[in-house]
Amino acid sequence: MTPAIEIKDLHKHFGKNEVLRGIDCTVEAGQVVCVIGPSGSGKSTLLRCVNLLEQPTRGKVLVEGIEVTDPDVDIDAVRRRIGMVFQQFNLFPHMTALQNVMVAQRRVLKRGRAEAEKVARENLERVGVGDKANSFPAQLSGGQQQRVAIARALAMNPDLMLFDEPTSALDPELVGDVLAVMRKLAEEGMTMLVVTHEMGFAREVADRVVFMDGGVVVEDGPPAQVIGEPRHERTRAFLRRVLHPEG
Amino acid sequence: MTDQSLAAEPGKARLSPRKKQRISRAIQYVVLVAVLVGVVLYADWPSLAQNFAKPDVAEKALPELFTIALKNTLIYTTGGFVFAFLLGLLLALMRLSTVRPYRWISGLYIEIFRGLPALLIFLLITFLPLALPGFAVPGGTYGQGILGLGLVGAAYQAEVFRAGLQAVPKGQTEAARSLGMSAARAQITVVIPQAIRIVIPPTTNQFVALLKDSSLVLFLGISGEYVELAKFGNDLASQYANATPIMVAGVTYLLVTVPLGHLAARLEKRKVRAR
Repeated sequence: MTPAIEIKDLHKHFGKNEVLRGIDCTVEAGQVVCVIGPSGSGKSTLLRCVNLLEQPTRGKVLVEGIEVTDPDVDIDAVRRRIGMVFQQFNLFPHMTALQNVMVAQRRVLKRGRAEAEKVARENLERVGVGDKANSFPAQLSGGQQQRVAIARALAMNPDLMLFDEPTSALDPELVGDVLAVMRKLAEEGMTMLVVTHEMGFAREVADRVVFMDGGVVVEDGPPAQVIGEPRHERTRAFLRRVLHPEG
Repeated sequence: MTDQSLAAEPGKARLSPRKKQRISRAIQYVVLVAVLVGVVLYADWPSLAQNFAKPDVAEKALPELFTIALKNTLIYTTGGFVFAFLLGLLLALMRLSTVRPYRWISGLYIEIFRGLPALLIFLLITFLPLALPGFAVPGGTYGQGILGLGLVGAAYQAEVFRAGLQAVPKGQTEAARSLGMSAARAQITVVIPQAIRIVIPPTTNQFVALLKDSSLVLFLGISGEYVELAKFGNDLASQYANATPIMVAGVTYLLVTVPLGHLAARLEKRKVRAR
């Protein structure tokens, strides 16, 4: 079976700054893979290379067997199958929650108004903000905004979802609601690549955990191994800082 | 010890900064009142009233002041504004385009039309038929006025739009593109609507600026039913050898510009609060 995501020898430079220095990583369909690592390790850049929000300097990215880095590929068509959730939510502030979830269905998938609205309401319900359909983003809490953003991505019926630190901008008491939605998605069999600092979530939900540092994958394996019994000193040092910040 | 150094030392009649400030303020009030009293006493009020505020001359301005002059001012301004708005948006999008020649063309346009006096543009427009025989600006006199105001206004409006477009966070485009929208679709659906909201207050100010610049159509050699406020006031003033009509035209401008200025300020405030 074709893997959902295949990343081969991926390099990304920003000027002289080498953010990614040869990444190889595969996500099978139905898998949940969490990427962890210190800030500046290239996790977000890796994720953003998958749907080409960043243009890789070298290497290949294949999504469901289609090489997204190939200039002949219709990137818009590939992106339709990839849901993306951002740290800063990036909801469209001039639209209500419902309109946020409807707009791409209407404009990109060319769904009719009635169908788009039905799908939108279903997905808002699915993430637990069905009663906020007519609210504007500014009227919602961070947790609600992020769940609307997840509903917006889900309404496109994506084959896989990318999450870029989805809970990092949230107040601590709102993190749980978003993680619960993501957990439910994982249980439903969604393919997910998640950049996160939530070790508890990674340990319980992920099929695999990838630890990155300095633009390379240091460790890649089941959570029990990478988080439970890390083999590399860099992984151990990072986990110590994250799990016991008080020292 | 510090307490002592801060207190006024006995013997030395040094003034504290606060006392100095109070005295300085009192002096300013006295001077100001003296000037005002001087103006009131020595101005030749009857002569001033006779030349600048003569009721029977002011009366002559009606009703054409509104039915022709103000109406035309609004036609020139609104037409020029719509022209400037659309061309300005196009120029701003070109200025931010990834296509380099677009950026050059737009940059050149903006530099030229912001750098030249608006009056010069109007003078050039009157010579267009000479340069291009058989060519006439569509819409006649109205068309010429609207063209002049639009060409100049577009350069300023382009800069307003550029700032507005750049104020929309990059994440908005990224979210739209991630949903599969093309670059153009993302601009139209997500970025431009937000940019327009951002630029409403400065655009209101641009409208006021155009309204004032509309007085320059006077140099197109307009007459009769095409006159706008400034020309109208000037013609009447010459006819009666009295400045009252110009004052009347001025007040009419203020009737429009002052409320619009306040509206822009209020919109600006509301925008800040919405952040």
